[in-house]
Amino acid sequence: MLAEKNILPILWGGVLVFSALVMTLGSDLKWLFEFPESLHVPIAEFLDWIMFGFVDLFKWLFRFISRVLEWPMRGVQGFLEWLPWLTFASLATFIAWQGGGRRTGILTLVLLLYIVIVGYWYEGINTLTLVIICIPLAVLLGFALGVWGHKSPKANAAIQTMLDFMQTIPAFAYLIPILLLFGFGPVVGLIASVIFATPPMVRNTILGLNRVPPEVRESGTMSGCTPRQRFWWVEVPTAFPQMLIGVNQTTMAALGMVIIAAIIGGFEDIGWEVLGRLRKAQFGQSILAGMVIVCLAIILDRITLSYAKRQLPTESHTGLRIKQFIVGFIGISVISYILAMFIEPLRVWPKALEFYPADAMNTLVFNIIANFGDFLETSKNQMQYFVLLPVKLGFTRSIFPITWGFALTPTIIGIYWFIVFMGAAIALYFRHWKIAVAIPLIAGVLYFGITGVSWVVYLAVLPLFAFSLGGSRVTLFVTGSLIFLMVSGIWVPALVSIYLCFVAVAICIILGGLMGIWASTSERVSAIIRPINDTLQTLPQFVLLIPAVMFFRVGDFTALLAIIAYAIVPMIRYTEQGLRTVSPTAIEAGITSGCTPAQIFWQIKLKLALPQILVGINQTTLFGLNMLVIAALVGTTGLGQQIYLALSKVDAGGGIVAGLGMALIAMSADRMMRAYISRTSK
Amino acid sequence: MPSANSVKLSCESLWKVYGNTPEQYFTGEIGSFNVEEKFQQLTENGSIIACGDVKLDIPTGSIFIIMGLSGSGKSTVLRCLSRLVEPSFGKVELDGLDLLNQSPKDMIEIRRHKMGMVFQNFGLLPHLNVLENVAFPLKAQGISKNERLARANEMIDLVGLEGRENSYPHQLSGGQQQRVGIARSLAAEPEVWFLDEPFSALDPLIRTQMQDEFLRLQKQLNKTIVFVTHDFHEALRLADTICIMKDGQVVQIGTPGEIVLAPADDYVKKFTSEVPLWKIIEAQSIMEPPDGKDMDRPSVKPDTLLEEVMRLFDGKTEEVQIVNESGECHGVLTPVSIIRALYRDEKKVG
Repeated sequence: MLAEKNILPILWGGVLVFSALVMTLGSDLKWLFEFPESLHVPIAEFLDWIMFGFVDLFKWLFRFISRVLEWPMRGVQGFLEWLPWLTFASLATFIAWQGGGRRTGILTLVLLLYIVIVGYWYEGINTLTLVIICIPLAVLLGFALGVWGHKSPKANAAIQTMLDFMQTIPAFAYLIPILLLFGFGPVVGLIASVIFATPPMVRNTILGLNRVPPEVRESGTMSGCTPRQRFWWVEVPTAFPQMLIGVNQTTMAALGMVIIAAIIGGFEDIGWEVLGRLRKAQFGQSILAGMVIVCLAIILDRITLSYAKRQLPTESHTGLRIKQFIVGFIGISVISYILAMFIEPLRVWPKALEFYPADAMNTLVFNIIANFGDFLETSKNQMQYFVLLPVKLGFTRSIFPITWGFALTPTIIGIYWFIVFMGAAIALYFRHWKIAVAIPLIAGVLYFGITGVSWVVYLAVLPLFAFSLGGSRVTLFVTGSLIFLMVSGIWVPALVSIYLCFVAVAICIILGGLMGIWASTSERVSAIIRPINDTLQTLPQFVLLIPAVMFFRVGDFTALLAIIAYAIVPMIRYTEQGLRTVSPTAIEAGITSGCTPAQIFWQIKLKLALPQILVGINQTTLFGLNMLVIAALVGTTGLGQQIYLALSKVDAGGGIVAGLGMALIAMSADRMMRAYISRTSK
Repeated sequence: MPSANSVKLSCESLWKVYGNTPEQYFTGEIGSFNVEEKFQQLTENGSIIACGDVKLDIPTGSIFIIMGLSGSGKSTVLRCLSRLVEPSFGKVELDGLDLLNQSPKDMIEIRRHKMGMVFQNFGLLPHLNVLENVAFPLKAQGISKNERLARANEMIDLVGLEGRENSYPHQLSGGQQQRVGIARSLAAEPEVWFLDEPFSALDPLIRTQMQDEFLRLQKQLNKTIVFVTHDFHEALRLADTICIMKDGQVVQIGTPGEIVLAPADDYVKKFTSEVPLWKIIEAQSIMEPPDGKDMDRPSVKPDTLLEEVMRLFDGKTEEVQIVNESGECHGVLTPVSIIRALYRDEKKVG
């Protein structure tokens, strides 16, 4: 321990000096700043070669599966289209009521009516078709894998790693091999959704089964159960509430993926509608269609969640008994069907009655842009000039008289570095060596920009950073990931992705942290923020792009907004939760020791909430990276764009490499953070 | 009906060791080491000895209590006896049948018909109501629904839970939940009844009440009981025989009186120091030889507690005589002999 304490500052000092030397003396050496091509390894080509070999061998099998899956899909689709909307809506409402009572029922009905009236019933039903087929497949697969993982520790280790990859590799990336194997068409979306939606079910199954109290298990054994009886009668029912949470998460993941997979096209679903309208810059239409996605998301979420909650002891709503429920179900089907047969608008909503105010909304948007265009443009530019560009390109390449009002003269550069060194020196004087290291590090990044720092410096700094946070295993992982990003030829786009995500996460931490603190002190604020957070998190990520694009067109800034909207949620949540769950005893102890309110906040509340807040930061980072790829749809550069391009060219190797790169960045960040969290919470 | 002294359940050189390949310590050369050597070797190799070299004989129809602090191995022993935990080494016999040699299938049959168990945190199934929970062991046996619900209803009456049949565990108080646990463990009419700290999770007042009910039930049912507790007072109150465990080993086995009057070592003595001795010591264990005098004095039975005897000393009485069932005088007690016993004459008690 003592040795480690002495070694780390020395190592950091060495790395800082080395980095400074590289950045100053080596500034003329081109190979330091562009990762040499001669070191590239043709990973993408290799993957292509494997992929095509595999496809040639097994294409028939996958095409066969695709054919087989197409049947139920077309069947469900045809059935739902044939079904009068009234029957569907009243049955869905009935199911929602059975699960969650009157409020859930009414909410479901109202949202479904919106879809009907706005005229997107057909598209909505097509999306639902995919989700409805995806859920049982993902739930069964997830349950089976979860049980396997629960029973065998070896399988569990493998499953956990697999889940990490399944959830961190961007969905776009694995659409490509699926496309190659299964051929174009909606089945691809279905398969991708199953892959994407299975992990939460696996995790919750394992969690639920692991949490069965040992005494309950033993009581099963002592009651004379055979192992099979014990599993189905004791363990599964006890873990059931947790598994239903899994079903809820699986459902939401399935919907999200079905929407994303719409970019392949071919199923006339609602995701395709939104995307198409967005591409044509028809904002009114895309908002109306986007709202349909929102409705579907809320309906699916509330219904599945209500059934999960009904298992909790505190829930009072129990619904009908199963026999009564079936009778009611049949009754409602028959009555609503007969009604729809006699009254045509109850079967198919007539075009004439549709309420589709897209044009009015477009006019409104144009008016807003016309009136506030200058303001929007200015705020966008300010953000670009003073935040985005410096982080991306560094002060050296972003400070110009037109934007900043002054040029970066040698005097100013001198002053800049003088302040930096003074800061570091002061920190050192007060024996805060970590701050003394951080100041020049951050200053250096801002000066040269994330894309302007030599890869050699990254290779020195990041592994040491990982080592300081989490020890040798994490270091190994981070170093390996860095090398992969470099030799596979995606280093530059990777840096661009990291830069955008870095800015977004930093803003999320500051804004989200403040909002979390605010919400923790005021019930009213908390009550306002919570439903907004819930909605932001239930929405398929895709939808968040619409307003951002509407007002700011395509570009980094737009992507930034969309990423922040999605990734800020965990930061707010965990900060609030962390602060709220600080034990009252600790606060009372503080008060009786004579702490001022400020002292109580900084030294007790924040300290005790820190582990939770760190978890929030970790989640925010992962969410940000996740959203980054979706944001590529609105024209960011970086890895997301690489994946997106690869998808349009069906370039399996390139797509997988870029996707793996994204996953490795996410997993590196996650591992470093988790290592740090487990250390601080000890 | 087997005699009161016959052994129902027993174990011998029972070991449960967690760690690296403990098997080697019970076979081959090291296997022949004595107990202390094994303890030392196992500890040095980093294994954890949950229980070591435990030998118990549990008589038919009696309450056998295993008492020890947490980590003493008492729960492990209980779970080895029911084979919930697979012992590392040793022998467990139920009615002379070697339990450790039973196939998993046979073991299920034995648990279905001969064993019942009550758990500290009740171990109830959260998704079943009281009636279904109690009927659960019968469901596992494949007994028809009507029959098992009828039997479950009887059990519910027995533990005094009439009217709560349709409640779910989370709607019940701790004491009620444990009544469900007790009813369930008795539903299949077991011969051996295991109770693992059944009353430890309950409030003190409820605990005493449940202990009384437990004694009432046992009077009615006459099961062979293995009862684990960390509460010495509870053990004294309920036990026919107490086994005290420490660090995985048995320290002393005896009746409550024996343990209180003759603690095997300082560890046991510490438990007994705060015990109200007059509630445990029986007249026969401290009486003095009869003096042959034939005077008018109160007489008591040999197993009368001192508490009762003391009440008889009014202003006139100087002696109490102990008389057996056929009326013979066995011995006498004087205030001095009682004071000496309660004061714990070190020399005499040793």
